Amino acid sequence: MLDITVIAVAIMICLALILNLWRLFLGPHIVDRILALDTMYINSIALILLYGIYNRTGLYFEAALLIAMLGFVSSVAFGKYLLRGDIIE
Amino acid sequence: MSFAAELTISLLLILGGVFILVGSFGLLRLKDLYVRLHAPTKATTLGLGGVLAGSMVYMFDLQGYATIKEILITVFLVITAPVTAHILAKVAMHHQVKTMDRTRNKEHVEQAREQLPPHQDSEQSTKYGQE
Repeated sequence: MLDITVIAVAIMICLALILNLWRLFLGPHIVDRILALDTMYINSIALILLYGIYNRTGLYFEAALLIAMLGFVSSVAFGKYLLRGDIIE
Repeated sequence: MSFAAELTISLLLILGGVFILVGSFGLLRLKDLYVRLHAPTKATTLGLGGVLAGSMVYMFDLQGYATIKEILITVFLVITAPVTAHILAKVAMHHQVKTMDRTRNKEHVEQAREQLPPHQDSEQSTKYGQE
């Protein structure tokens, strides 16, 4: 039962990633694109956790933590660049 | 693995998947950037929390002991998601992104945009300090 659930949830998350990609192409303003990219980071964390469950290992949590940190830092860097014209003043 | 554990994990995972899908659907469908900020920052964070809770129960069932990594990821995301949303909303405000027609209190946007950073504001702060 768990394998079927994991595959179903992975399909849902892939659908969510496609919707985010659509917004990334569509986005009228650049802030929309940054928001879509940030959401894609979070969805990919969920996908990696599901892959860990599917393979019955806890090895992928470090990768998920790394993607979470890098996603936050990159979103904040984009935001600071757009806001101030520079990242570290 | 017992049936109860599988049921719990499956329910948590499906809850998380549905919320992530709803968040992305909202990101695509909502009309305005400021409205669109709501969907990924709330629904997607909750959905990832559901997936992480399911993963936590699964690892506890698999290994027999609990690890702190999942809680670490959850806490990190709960802390950072509002910060990202705040910075993006601030960027949108300063870049004068268009709002919907029926947005209320639009007249306050100009005032908020012209707020000075703290170090240029020292006269006012000393004045408040004397009072």
